[in-house]
Amino acid sequence: MGHLDRTVRSFLLAELVAGMGATLRAFFKPKATINYPYEKGPLSPRFRGEHALRRYPNGEERCIACKLCEATCPAEAITIESEPRDDGSRRTTRYDIDMTKCIYCGLCEEACPVDAIVEGPNYEFATETREELMYNKDKLLANGDRWESVLARRLELDAPYR
Amino acid sequence: MAHFFLHTLIGQVILTVLEALAVLVPLLLGVAYLTLAERKVMAAMQLRKGPNVNGPFGVLQAFADAIKMITKETVIPAGANRVLFLFAPFLTFSLAMVAWAVIPTNNGWAVANINVGILYLLAISSLGVYGILIAGWASNSKYAFLGGLRSAAQMVSYEVSIGLVIVSVLLAVGSLNLNDIVLAQRHVWFCLPMFPMFIVFFISALAETNRAPFDLPEGESELVAGFFVEYSALAFGLFFLGEYANMFLMSGMVSILFLGGWLPPVGIVPFTWIPGPLWLIAKILFCLFVFIWVRATFPRYRYDQLMRLGWKVFLPFSLVWMVLTAGFLLATGLLPQGGAS
Amino acid sequence: MTQIVFYVFATVLVLSAGMVVSARNPVHSVLFLILAFFNAAGLFLVAGAEFLAMILVIVYVGAVAVLFLFVVMMLDVRFTQMREGLQRYAPFGAAVGGVLFAELALAFGHWRIAENIADVPHLVPSPGRTNTAALGDVLYTHYVFPFEACGIVLLVAMIGAIVLTLRERPMGRRQNIDRQHERTAAASVEMMALPLGQGVTELGGFRRPDKSYYVASVPGSYGVTAEAVPQAAPAGDDRHGGLGQ
Repeated sequence: MGHLDRTVRSFLLAELVAGMGATLRAFFKPKATINYPYEKGPLSPRFRGEHALRRYPNGEERCIACKLCEATCPAEAITIESEPRDDGSRRTTRYDIDMTKCIYCGLCEEACPVDAIVEGPNYEFATETREELMYNKDKLLANGDRWESVLARRLELDAPYR
Repeated sequence: MAHFFLHTLIGQVILTVLEALAVLVPLLLGVAYLTLAERKVMAAMQLRKGPNVNGPFGVLQAFADAIKMITKETVIPAGANRVLFLFAPFLTFSLAMVAWAVIPTNNGWAVANINVGILYLLAISSLGVYGILIAGWASNSKYAFLGGLRSAAQMVSYEVSIGLVIVSVLLAVGSLNLNDIVLAQRHVWFCLPMFPMFIVFFISALAETNRAPFDLPEGESELVAGFFVEYSALAFGLFFLGEYANMFLMSGMVSILFLGGWLPPVGIVPFTWIPGPLWLIAKILFCLFVFIWVRATFPRYRYDQLMRLGWKVFLPFSLVWMVLTAGFLLATGLLPQGGAS
Repeated sequence: MTQIVFYVFATVLVLSAGMVVSARNPVHSVLFLILAFFNAAGLFLVAGAEFLAMILVIVYVGAVAVLFLFVVMMLDVRFTQMREGLQRYAPFGAAVGGVLFAELALAFGHWRIAENIADVPHLVPSPGRTNTAALGDVLYTHYVFPFEACGIVLLVAMIGAIVLTLRERPMGRRQNIDRQHERTAAASVEMMALPLGQGVTELGGFRRPDKSYYVASVPGSYGVTAEAVPQAAPAGDDRHGGLGQ
């Protein structure tokens, strides 16, 4: 660009006009916003949301209290205590997740050898008190029961890439 | 009835109050909706939708905000100068209101049709800096104080070029009366022959109202919120209303000085059917849209760039243009013989 | 009616003028000064001089007092220190004030308006003209020389203030907006096509094709002169391995 060209452009505020043109074009474009509580964006099957403890189809809980998730959890959000059950199998007596500590990294899910602890698609579990976010085993199992069909489908979809 | 209003003292007072209300009530409603319009327009330009929950298309959002502001607690900082702290927002708000006394909405329709209307507007707009400066000082906070100082320097700088632009217009009109200024644009709006001055005036108006890209007094990236860091609730609301009312005022000034006030674009039949005040409102709304459009487009100036633009670009440019205007009018014999009015 | 308005403005004017000198906080003093200006403008309006009233507000309230306020707010005035010298300087101040008061009394005592003022043709008010136009007529015709002289005095004062406060900082860098606008991408960054597996260092490193980086750092040049490029490093040594130093 020659000097004259540049001078004329700067006096005609060419760059300012171009910038305003860009915003005006955006003004008439369709909007990217979705109407959140009524519309939701798509979720990947790998989305890491609220945790759940799954059961086998016969109702037996999957968790074998290997404590791999507890060991791998980088935020130390998981606490597990276990003892043998009456039938001799090793089961957890306590499985707590502190959801205020959890960083939703998904390492617990990856460490689990029996697909017992999984992170589901639910991200709308805000509570009014802090205490409600200290999940215990009952809460996690209840989550698993409620979301089981979705969780199984997600695992199936993601299986080829695991 | 007519006798009571025109010929008794109390009648005249009541009439003036009614006239003022006729201007101020639509103005305040307009200000309330300007906040919504700004959010909607900026959202659209950023591919968002903006507020759309309160009422259809979010039309009740303005009232929701107002109720929120009124019901909140007014916090006054411990070291603040209480009287001045509360005085500043009232000053800003009331100055933005009293300026409307001289704006003509149709031929001869103004609350006060005074001879020095444009000087009155200039005086009122130059007083706007006090609200900000006093707020900055009375808050007893360094951010607020820095915001106030910036604002003072900025508004004084840009008033100079605004003054020179106004002088160029006055040279072509030959009167300080706003009514005469509009009537002088019957044949051609001043934004065409004086297009560069129109741009300079508009940009200076942005600086004068502390709007983006000249919103350094409240630059949140370095000053948190500038001069109104310490304000909350109703006092904050008054500042907010004052700023938007000032935008209305500046848009009104642009419309009257350059866009032919209440005059239609061409004086032929389909345009002349629409009454004058509606034309003025349409022009003000257009200016306000550009205000918001500019805010959605440009990033904030750095402080030295702001001063450079005001003193080293606009001031010489408007001075040269003023001399050129005077020379052109004198050479072509178009110089109006003012003063006889 | 007019008299009531006059006395309201006059009373507030005198009271606020008193507060200007008696207020403890200097910022309050300036704010009272602004109030005084306003009431003076009101008095002008009562006298029918609307142009002067507006100019008073625009110039004094809108610009001069803003700068006063600006400066006073920045000053860190300690009130106790100000009171310390009061005992010592009070007699001196009183003497100066007394002399001024006596002179003012003398001046007002012998105040009279020239009898033949009505005979001066350009001072006779012409009916039907706004006082803006009348003022302009007088100012730009009969008094054009004093008017221009005032302008020159103010210009000299302004230039003097700039000269006194201008500090040359030869080591400073300054933004040269024109030069920034003229700069293009090709003049600033060298784009290299790299074969797979080879780094920039093997090809000789990046080169800054333009000397613009060094120009800005020439002392005293403010980044303006494009010629003075110091060859601090030997020629050919301005290639940097990897990222620039």
